[in-house]
Amino acid sequence: MLLQLKQVSLSFAGNTVLHEVDFGVAAGRIHSLIGPNGAGKTSMFNVITGFYRPQQGDITLDGERIVKCKPHAVTRLGIARTFQNVRLFREMSVLENVMAGQHCRSKAGALAAILRLPSQRAEERRILETSLECLDFVGLMGHQDRLATNLAYGHQRRVEIARALATEPKLLLLDEPAAGLNSGEKQALIELIRRIRDERGVAVLLIEHDMSLVMNVSERISVLDHGSLITEGDPHSVQNDPKVIEAYLGQDDEELAL
Amino acid sequence: MDKHSPPTPTDVDEHDAGRAKPRHPLQKLYAAFESPGRRRALHLTILAILIVTPWISSQYTTVILTNALLYVVLCLGLNVVVGYAGLLDLGYAAFFAVGAYTVGILTQQFGVNFWAAIPFALMAAALAGVIIGGPTLRLRSDYLAIVTLGFGEIVRFTARNLEITGGASGLSHIPEPSLFGWHIDSSIDFYYVFVVLAVLAYIASQRLFDSRLGRAWLYVRHDEDAAEAMGINRVATKLAAYVTGAIFGAIGGIFFSVNLGAISPESFSFQQSVLILLAVVLGGMGKIPGVILGAFIVVLGPELLRDFGTLRLLIFAVLLLLIMLFRPSGIWPEKRS
Repeated sequence: MLLQLKQVSLSFAGNTVLHEVDFGVAAGRIHSLIGPNGAGKTSMFNVITGFYRPQQGDITLDGERIVKCKPHAVTRLGIARTFQNVRLFREMSVLENVMAGQHCRSKAGALAAILRLPSQRAEERRILETSLECLDFVGLMGHQDRLATNLAYGHQRRVEIARALATEPKLLLLDEPAAGLNSGEKQALIELIRRIRDERGVAVLLIEHDMSLVMNVSERISVLDHGSLITEGDPHSVQNDPKVIEAYLGQDDEELAL
Repeated sequence: MDKHSPPTPTDVDEHDAGRAKPRHPLQKLYAAFESPGRRRALHLTILAILIVTPWISSQYTTVILTNALLYVVLCLGLNVVVGYAGLLDLGYAAFFAVGAYTVGILTQQFGVNFWAAIPFALMAAALAGVIIGGPTLRLRSDYLAIVTLGFGEIVRFTARNLEITGGASGLSHIPEPSLFGWHIDSSIDFYYVFVVLAVLAYIASQRLFDSRLGRAWLYVRHDEDAAEAMGINRVATKLAAYVTGAIFGAIGGIFFSVNLGAISPESFSFQQSVLILLAVVLGGMGKIPGVILGAFIVVLGPELLRDFGTLRLLIFAVLLLLIMLFRPSGIWPEKRS
């Protein structure tokens, strides 16, 4: 397993958010995490990426413990993420946004920058090339000099993915990447997710409410309800699991159409 | 996109972005110097003016301009902290003081050569930056402002009460430096020293801004969580801004002390910190040409208004208020609109 959670529990002021979750993502896999609203999906992302510290349990990436790491250290070790509500650096250019991802793969400090050392210049060139390559990969070549905030919403989501890819991750966490996209954009997103795995070898873990997208793109699906994992399997078996249907009862129609 | 839906604002924007005409006069000026060739010509012109000025103006003007150039160095340093990293610092004069006092003490009391004393002054300033920054950078910016204000006052009171710093009367007879046989002592000599420092501070600011670290400061200022998620250590990044700013301040202080030959705690008052911050905010935080303009306005403004006698500070204050009223984000326009 690339990512492994063992007996992870998280609570806020006595409210249990995650309860003894055992969960794993295999290398090179497209894996989805689904569940009703409030099931604890985003909390799980925040625990994995170091934004929340679980009270109990262990998390490893490639065998390395990441459970007490700060978010920036987790990213450096190889997990990148996007946010549920797009969080770009709005007043900066698209290219500058993507370059942020390269920060943890470079090291020049203030003195190297002021003196413009050859190593610093070479590093800047590499940051630029990698970032442009990531932008090209998500299909946004030509938009690099525009302000992030001026981009159409669907494009902003792609910039966020490019920025995450620029961290050169082993595992990419996508938090509701299809939210707010139209059907054409969703189709393109499915292709993009597949290409991320096929061409870059990056495992993808996504949280998504759009069931047709989840069933279409996932190789494995885990279902979270009230902070516990209730089942896991391939799309077909999860779709027909009575526990899953029960968990979704009372949810809105879109999710019932499982 | 649905063909029948009306164009969204972003669609319109896409077509007009390249054709938008800058309206503000300064914006036009900025646009005129977008090309590298013109920018180079502008740099050379400004440099030529700076070199020639002391030969065609009075000694009084030279001294005032020297002070303005000192402010350029200090303001560009504070701009790294406030403008780039977004950390409000109300005690910046403390770093200025650390640089000035370290060199003053080492050269005047211990007979250390001026140039040999510089590395110690820079190290002292960096250390001061870490000491104040380390424990406080986790604070929100308004609390940080209060802590830095306190730090500035602590440094000033320490200088006033220690024997080694000369107490309230400060240090005097700080020896003037020489460089390869050139004894730097006249006001024109020091003017040129500060021209060199201001140019170096300008180049350093520009290079920092265009670097990995410079971008990291902006990321952290814009969205700390997103920056962390991108693998940027926000505490280390803010600390780097603090230390960089401290070193700029110390360099200003080092040459300030040998220029005047005497320093006292009152040279590093809260008012000094506020004036430097004022110049940065006035010019436009994070915008290098704006900050330089701000430094000149803060120093030259009261001098140009000297004809108004006792009213000059009042008039200056009203002018500043008017500027902030009409240009709340600083005189210099945004690079992209």
